[in-house]
Amino acid sequence: MKTPEQLKYTKTHEWVASEAEGTLAVGITDHAQEVLGDMVFLELPAMGKRYAQGEACAVIESVKAASDINMPVAGVVVAVNEDLAKSPERVNADAYAAWMFRIKPDNPGDIGNLMDAAAYAGHAAK
Amino acid sequence: MLKTTPLNAAHRSLGARMVDFGGWDMPVNYGSQIEEHHAVRRDAGMFDVSHMLAIDVHGDGARAFLRRTLANNVDKLREPGSALYSCMLNHAGGVIDDLIVYLLSEERFRLVVNAGRTGEDLAWLESIRERLGVAPELLPRHDLAMIAVQGPLARARVWQTLPGTRAPTAAMRSFHSAQLGELMLARTGYTGEDGFELMLPAGRAPLLWQRLLDCGVKPCGLGARDTLRLEAGMNLWGQDMDESVSPPDAGLAWSVDLASARDFVGKAALLAHPQQWQLLGLVLTEQGGVLRGQQKVLTPEGEGEITSGTFSPTLERSIALARLPMGVETGAPVQVAVRDKQLAAKVVKPPFVRNGRILVN
Repeated sequence: MKTPEQLKYTKTHEWVASEAEGTLAVGITDHAQEVLGDMVFLELPAMGKRYAQGEACAVIESVKAASDINMPVAGVVVAVNEDLAKSPERVNADAYAAWMFRIKPDNPGDIGNLMDAAAYAGHAAK
Repeated sequence: MLKTTPLNAAHRSLGARMVDFGGWDMPVNYGSQIEEHHAVRRDAGMFDVSHMLAIDVHGDGARAFLRRTLANNVDKLREPGSALYSCMLNHAGGVIDDLIVYLLSEERFRLVVNAGRTGEDLAWLESIRERLGVAPELLPRHDLAMIAVQGPLARARVWQTLPGTRAPTAAMRSFHSAQLGELMLARTGYTGEDGFELMLPAGRAPLLWQRLLDCGVKPCGLGARDTLRLEAGMNLWGQDMDESVSPPDAGLAWSVDLASARDFVGKAALLAHPQQWQLLGLVLTEQGGVLRGQQKVLTPEGEGEITSGTFSPTLERSIALARLPMGVETGAPVQVAVRDKQLAAKVVKPPFVRNGRILVN
C-alpha cells in the first residue's frame, strides 16, 4: 500500500493534492483500488456544482462492486478527468496519477482537517 | 476463526487478496481478476475449490436413494465415471442446493455440493435417508482437496504435469471422470471452458498446485470464477436461486426429469405450480454503470429483477442474469434501474460465452 507524503487523505479513502492555483485534485487511494479490484466504470461529478464535505459526488465501479467517491472538503467542481472515465483501469495502474476531479474549496483551510500519510496508513491498515 | 483449505499457504505466498467467503479464507484474486479471467478463456487457469464438499453415498440402495433425492434422474448415469448436474429440492420444489453427482461404481456415488450449503445438505440427506429407511452411508470427504484447471489448454497442461493421466483421459468426454489411484479427474467445470476438476487427498494438493504453476497454469481467484460462470450462463446458488425458487423459475427446467414415472422430493409441488418466471440474460447497451444483483428490470410485461450482474471481461460490457416475467422475448429492449438512472439493456438467451466464443450480440 503506497501513501505518498505530500498528499492528504480522507477516512473514505480519497486522496487530495494541493495545487499551485489553489485548487485541489482528488482521486482514490492505492488501498482503495486494491480492495475494489479491476475498475470498469467511473461516473464523474457535475462540472460547476457545489458539494458539501463528505457528500457523494462521483461513483467508481469495479468488476466486483460500486463505490461512492465523497467530497473531501466543501467546494465547487472546476475540472473533471474525462480521459480517466474512458479508461478507468488506469486507477489500478497508478491510483495517485489518476485524478478524478478538481475542486475550488470554499475554505482553503479545510484541507488541514484531513489526515496526513502516516495517519491514513494507520487508518487503512485497521 | 475462518476455515482454510490445504492450499491456504500457497495462496498467501502468491500474494493473493484473501476474503471471508462463507466462513472460508479464500483468494478473491492474485492481482488482476480480469487477467485471470482472460487466462481461462484463452489459455489455462486454476482455482482452489477445496471449500466445496464431496459427499460419497455408499452402499446398498445408493441409487434408489438418489433417484428419490435429486430432481435430475441418476438413472441417466450408467457408465462408471459419468456425471450429471442436478438440483436437490425441498417439498415445496425450492432449491436446497445444486450439485454434480458422479457415478463411481454401482454402490458409490459422489455428490459435489456448494461450500456454503454443506450443513443444510447433509442434514437434508440424512433426514430423507431416515424417512425412507434405506441403507446407504453418507460419507463427507473432508479429506479431499479440489483443484479446477480450466481453459482451452487446461487438459494439455494437466497431462504435461501428470503424464500418466493422458492415456486414460484423452478420449474421455465432457461430464465423465476417471479415478486413477488417489486422483480423480473429472471433465467438468464452472467456467464454460474445457478442463478438469481434480480431486485428491488434501496432503497431496500443495505439490500438485505447485507443479501446475510450474507448467504455466495461472492461479485464479473467486472473482474470476464468478465472471466466468456468469458469462457461461451458469447459476449461483444464493443469487440466481435458493430454497424459495423452483428450478423452472431459475432457468433450470432442463435439469429436472419430469418425463419418467419416478417420484422425487419436490416433484408434486413442481407439477402443481406452473412456471412463474424465466431466467434470461441481459446485456447493457448504453454506458452508465454496471448491472448488479437486485436491480429492477422494467419490461413491457412487467417488472423483473437481476439475480447476478457484473462486467463481462470477454464482451467488455456489463451482463446479467435476470428473473423476468413470462412473455418477455429475447431481443426485447428493457430498462434497468442503476442507482438514480434507467439504463437500456437487451434481453438475450444465455450463455453469453462458451469455449472462448461470444454467443450473443
